Amino acid sequence: MSAVEKERASAFVGLSRVMLLTFLRDRTALFFTLLMPLMFLVLFGFLFKGATSPHLKIAQVGPVAVLDSATGEGRVSIDKALTITQVPDEQTALTKVKKGDYDALIEQGPGGQVIVRYSASDTVKVGGVTGVLNGLVQQANQAATHQDPAYTMVAGQVEDQSLKPIQYLTPGLLGWAIATGAIFGASLSLVNWRKKRILRRLRLAPVSIGAIVGSRILVTCVVALVQTAIFLAVATTPAFGLKLTGNWPLVLPLVLCATLAFMSIGLVTGAIAKTEEAANGINQVIILPMSFLSGAFFPLDNSPQWLQQLSKIFPLHYLVTSAQTVLSRGGGLMDVLPQMGGLLAFAAVLGLIAWRIFDWEDA
Amino acid sequence: MTTAISADGIRKRYGDVQAVDGVSLTVETGEFFGLLGPNGAGKTTTLEILEGIREADEGRIELLGLAPWPRNPKLLPRIGVQFQASAFFDKLTARETIRTFASFYGVGARRADAWLDRVGLTDSAAVRTDKMSGGQAQRLSIACALVHDPELVFLDEPTTGLDPQARRNLWDLLRDINAEGRTVVLTTHYLDEAELLCDRVAVMDHGKVLQTGAPAALVRELDDTVRISVESGLIPIETARELLTAAGAEIAALEDNGVLLSLSTRAPAPVLSVLAEQGALRGLEVRGATLEDVFLHLTGREYRA
Repeated sequence: MSAVEKERASAFVGLSRVMLLTFLRDRTALFFTLLMPLMFLVLFGFLFKGATSPHLKIAQVGPVAVLDSATGEGRVSIDKALTITQVPDEQTALTKVKKGDYDALIEQGPGGQVIVRYSASDTVKVGGVTGVLNGLVQQANQAATHQDPAYTMVAGQVEDQSLKPIQYLTPGLLGWAIATGAIFGASLSLVNWRKKRILRRLRLAPVSIGAIVGSRILVTCVVALVQTAIFLAVATTPAFGLKLTGNWPLVLPLVLCATLAFMSIGLVTGAIAKTEEAANGINQVIILPMSFLSGAFFPLDNSPQWLQQLSKIFPLHYLVTSAQTVLSRGGGLMDVLPQMGGLLAFAAVLGLIAWRIFDWEDA
Repeated sequence: MTTAISADGIRKRYGDVQAVDGVSLTVETGEFFGLLGPNGAGKTTTLEILEGIREADEGRIELLGLAPWPRNPKLLPRIGVQFQASAFFDKLTARETIRTFASFYGVGARRADAWLDRVGLTDSAAVRTDKMSGGQAQRLSIACALVHDPELVFLDEPTTGLDPQARRNLWDLLRDINAEGRTVVLTTHYLDEAELLCDRVAVMDHGKVLQTGAPAALVRELDDTVRISVESGLIPIETARELLTAAGAEIAALEDNGVLLSLSTRAPAPVLSVLAEQGALRGLEVRGATLEDVFLHLTGREYRA
């Protein structure tokens, strides 16, 4: 390496180190880029989990032959759908069903009768309760005849196109976290360095602009990849149950392209804003609508058409949808390559604007 | 001797304000040069133009034989600039800060640490810069400006806000830096500091250089009166007046305020001998003109915000 190259490399390493240390020692930045999105993932993940797998709560009064006699596989399928609690007397059980504490009560009637009583307030649950119990009774009847059934049902799963909460929460919240980290990181460091005259100091040192921008890109990308790793690690734990499809590593180049796009937004706001407070405000005004409109917190499938169209101006939209494609929908490189190109083009255009309005000094 | 800085007829206008109005300066290699002037005199703008941070509207500037504007990567490693406000990175320690600045010049950690030691900050190396005292921060910022061994150093009010001990401590450092052969350009509000440290000073006001020269020469040119005072009550004021007039001493502003008997004169010798004959020398103080008097004479006494 020549002396000049050595000097360049030394400045690049020095700057990258400073940016990383500043980030790691800034508790607020760590909280907003790592901890808070993760807290949202945990919170929303658990909140919405219950909503999609309606477990039916049944109060059982006395012994009920079809339930009690079920063993092995039959028992497992019952437990999958029903949570059965023994309640000592019928009156108490009935009151609790009326109040909605239980979805239904079940008891042994005279002869072979199985009596089911339910509140009619939730028709979906009523259907669930009667369906499951009817199936049990039919099975028991058929078993009593000692004959093979004439008709059997064969169930098979199709590729699930509707997303479970964790499947849209993970890319959505991850995208939001990366956008926050990259935009704030670029914008605040630019404003802070200008205000504290560090930019002036850099300008008076033989540091190339390439080294300054390059080190910022490196550190922001490393932070984004760490966010991605942590998010995927948490989301794929059994507690959340995200299952990754084959092409999931494609999320990494996707995240990098999106990070550059977000960074370019931060560089523009950082070039415009003269104080950290102003930069904060401008960034929030961009990030909040962008996150909501890009489906970072909830899917936009049921929102009006114009809103869905509007969301397409934000880079976060492309990160979120493409990340869903590669993480959960089994999409391949060709499905996300155009989006990556678009994100890079966005980054290039805004980067150029930032370059044009950038100023080393306050005035 | 070669020329470290040569500036000829530099002008800079901000809107309606002519901040720098035809400044010409020459600083020789190895010189300790002071740039003085009241607030708003155009010092900072002049300094920024010399450093290459701003472009002059007019004029010709050469630093070490090179033009500072536009940004000149060949020149930058040869100059060192220390700022008024300490331009440090957030959340870094003193050691990390100076090593980072060293890295910009391809200077290794060992040489950076040596500078930390030189400014007496080895014990505070692990202290974050925002937790350092004013004196420590100033010394660190000077070390950061010098870490790459520049030939020409700009220091902008390095002792502002420091206590007397820290100021003296810093003066020793600045003298050493200059003694090593570096050219130093200093701006300061403290005229005693300029008088003590600088080989030559330039007094600026309204964007112009009013006078340039060695501090002692400027004081001599001022031809000011000497102020003499002794303790009150040693000699009655009327007696003093009679004796001094008899001795042919031309005096002015003779007064006794109950604490001091004081007077001004251009001929201190006869005054002192009269006072000595009368045994009235207790608490004697003789003050000649200082650079401060030169400064006030040149720039006026009215208050500037």
